[in-house]
Amino acid sequence: MLMQFHIDGGDFVNAGKASSSIKRVLKQLNVAPELVKRVVIALYETEVNVVAHAEEGVIEALLEVEQITITVRDKGPGIEDIQKAMEPGYSTASSKVREMGFGAGMGLPNMKKNSDDLHIESEPGQGTTVKIINRLKG
Amino acid sequence: MAFHHALKVVDDLCIGCTHCMQVCPTEAIRVREGKAIIIDDRCVDCGNCCKACPVSAIVIEQDDFQEIFQFPVRVVLVPSVLMGQFPSNIRIEEIYGGLKHLGFTHIFEVESVVDLVQEGYNHYKGLEAKEKPFISIFCPAILRLIQVRFPSLVENLIRVKPPSDMAAVYYRRRMEEDGHEPSKIGIYYVTPCAAKIASIKSPVGEDVSPVDGVINMEYLYNKLLHLIMNKEIVREVNSDSGPLSPREVLWSLTRGESSHQKGRSLAVDGIGNVSEFLERLEETEDHNIDFLELRACDESCAGGVLISGNRFLTVERLNRRALKSDPDSVGKRRVTGFKESDYGLKSIPSRPVMSMGADRKTALEKMQKVEELLKVLPGIDCAACGSPSCRALAEDIVQERAELACCVFLQELYIREGKISIEKADEINTTIWGKMRDRRSQSK
Repeated sequence: MLMQFHIDGGDFVNAGKASSSIKRVLKQLNVAPELVKRVVIALYETEVNVVAHAEEGVIEALLEVEQITITVRDKGPGIEDIQKAMEPGYSTASSKVREMGFGAGMGLPNMKKNSDDLHIESEPGQGTTVKIINRLKG
Repeated sequence: MAFHHALKVVDDLCIGCTHCMQVCPTEAIRVREGKAIIIDDRCVDCGNCCKACPVSAIVIEQDDFQEIFQFPVRVVLVPSVLMGQFPSNIRIEEIYGGLKHLGFTHIFEVESVVDLVQEGYNHYKGLEAKEKPFISIFCPAILRLIQVRFPSLVENLIRVKPPSDMAAVYYRRRMEEDGHEPSKIGIYYVTPCAAKIASIKSPVGEDVSPVDGVINMEYLYNKLLHLIMNKEIVREVNSDSGPLSPREVLWSLTRGESSHQKGRSLAVDGIGNVSEFLERLEETEDHNIDFLELRACDESCAGGVLISGNRFLTVERLNRRALKSDPDSVGKRRVTGFKESDYGLKSIPSRPVMSMGADRKTALEKMQKVEELLKVLPGIDCAACGSPSCRALAEDIVQERAELACCVFLQELYIREGKISIEKADEINTTIWGKMRDRRSQSK
């Protein structure tokens, strides 16, 4: 089952809409609560990232019997140094964004923590693609 | 496992209007054959349906009052919101006198044990390894809502008995220490809501409830007011629990608990507000909230479905009582050796009844179908199909409990396109609205 969402850059009000919708479906699929939480938190972080940094983005959530694959593609500034961005606390967010309670530098580390596999591809000046995979047990 | 619910639909009164169905937080109601039906394992006994019903067709069951007389020692546990409903010119001692007049031998105010509840909170270790926040289980409708709709938060519930249960355990112990024979003591709780009845008849985290029976507050309020108005009560008496402290008087109201907790605490009332907040809580990690007080009713227990008085006036009266009460009366009630086994609760299971079935492959296919159906359905959630929303209808269809032609808009389209006959449409409509729906032909 494939679910798709569009995200507008700068639209903080609607950040989290995709994670809410996917959460509802995962609960109805009887996915274990801990795993639902992992998927939702990882996805929420990507949503906020797209809103905070990019012009726009697309989320595709592929729900399968064995795994949940979430792919987020954005048109944005890209990440200069992915290695560095993975370090907890590292942030490029403006003070304005930080004042809103975002940009604490925990986005990518939280995504990593809450996914079984995390793939990030980025082209500075073009955009970023994040793929989050979580496997279902039992 | 069967769940006991205090809310019942009276078929003879129900007009199948769908009001109740549209306010249910767990989508537990459907309209079939012109009557509301409650899906047992989804209902959390919040009472929203009862409040929304325009014809009082949803009622709250109650035990026969005369049952109290099977016990020689008849203890009544009274929540402070009962007293808050009476006009200010009625003295609290008159109300106690009325309770004695009705047949109770001992009167204990439920909130007199909140210092024991607070002590339970202070020493609660169950969650040290778990992430915050702690969630109070004061409100049984919220406890059930979390079990059903927010299974990931079940572990956050503080497993400490709520005041009603704590009072029952504590005062039973005290009565036994005073020499009363255990089998002769009957403990009755006066309930402001349906959820408390369910929690006594189908307890969660306990094998059996320490309360022997329930009396509906509405019923008791009427009886008491009648007695007092007719000046039948000659005697003014004190309660056996003694005066309450301000904290105790206000505990069951909004912020009654949260304002006394350490760290960052928050109070949310109204089950819709609570659901909205819990959805959010599930999706983020860095909220740094230590304690959550969640109550199903607007203005907490003052807004209970069995409260006869206006909830805002009730809150105001209790605030005035709190101002007049002695802050030092707290902590005077102690039983030696009251320990965790007395106030703790066992593990609380989740009940994810919103799921589409245990087999993930089938569930996935069903959800896929639901998403496809949602593209066809009008999305205005009119509820005329007998399901609470277009999404709920789609779910009912894939669970084979309804069909697409139940939708009034699609049905009209199908008739026009010749996909179904008028007779078939009538047949479908009868399963939803019953035979008598057409009032005009009825009144001719």
